[in-house]
Amino acid sequence: MVEWTEQERSIITGIFANLSYEEIGPKALVRCLIVYPWTQRYFSSFGNLYNAEAIRGNPNVAAHGIKVLHGLDRAVKNMDNIKATYAELSVLHSEKLHVDPDNFRLLADCLTIEIAAKLGTAFTADTQAAFQKFLAVVVSALGRQYH
Amino acid sequence: MLSKKEKALIAEIWESLSPVAEDIGSDALLRMFASFPGTKTYFSHLDISPNSSHLRTHGKKIVLAIADGAKDISQLTVSLAPLQTLHAYQLRIDPTNFKLFSQCMLVTLACHLGEDFTPIAHAAMDKYLSAFAAVLAEKYR
Repeated sequence: MVEWTEQERSIITGIFANLSYEEIGPKALVRCLIVYPWTQRYFSSFGNLYNAEAIRGNPNVAAHGIKVLHGLDRAVKNMDNIKATYAELSVLHSEKLHVDPDNFRLLADCLTIEIAAKLGTAFTADTQAAFQKFLAVVVSALGRQYH
Repeated sequence: MLSKKEKALIAEIWESLSPVAEDIGSDALLRMFASFPGTKTYFSHLDISPNSSHLRTHGKKIVLAIADGAKDISQLTVSLAPLQTLHAYQLRIDPTNFKLFSQCMLVTLACHLGEDFTPIAHAAMDKYLSAFAAVLAEKYR
C-alpha cells in the first residue's frame, strides 16, 4: 500500500481543486502528441494530426484530453486504493486499446510540465515531488493488469 | 534528430538563461533531490540544502556546460570531451540519473518560461538534453 503524508494529500487535492480541466486536459495531451510523436499511433481515428497546429486545433484531441484528466479524479478520491480503483481501466488499456504502458508515463510527464507552466514558482520542488509520486502510482496501477 | 530550427531555438533559450544559470541550475537540482532522493547519494560531500552556496555553484556549473554545448550542438562530442572523462572515470554517476535530472530541468524551464515553454520548445529541449546525456556517458564503457 502506498503511504501518503498529510502534506502530500493536501498538495494533490489542492492541485486538482484548482485545476481547469478544459484548459489543462487538452494542453497535456497536445503536448504529449507533439513531444512524443509516436504516441499518435493510438489516435489514427482522430483525424488531422499532421503537424503541431493541426494537433492543437483538433477537437477530438481536446475532448480526449479533458476525458483523460477527469479520469484522474477517481485516484484523487481514492488515494489509499489507487491500484484497485484502476484495475478495470488497466484491463481496458491492455486488452482493448493495446496501449504500451510506457506511454502512461509520457503523458504523466507532459501533464506535470503543463501544471508547472501554469503555476510557475508556486510549483515548488515539494509540490512536484508529491504530484510526481501521485502520477507514478496512477501509472503503475494502469499498467498493473497487463499480462 | 535536431533540425536547424530546433538547434537555433535551443541555443537561443540557453543564451537567455545563462545570466540566471545559478537560479536555474540550483532549482533543477533541488527538484531532482526532492522527487528522486536516491540522487542525493552523489552529493554527500556537499551542502545541498536550498540556497546553499554549494548548491548554487554546482547548479551554475551544470547550466553553463549545457548552455555551452547548445552553442554548437553538432560539436557536442568535442566540446564535452573533458566532461566525458570526468564522469566516466571520476564521478561515475549512473547514467539513469541523467534522465532524472533532465526531467527536472524540463520542469524548471516550464516554471520559469511558462507559456513560452511551448510543446515545440519542449520537444527540442528534450531531444537536446537526451543527446547531451548520451554524449556524457559515451566513455563509461
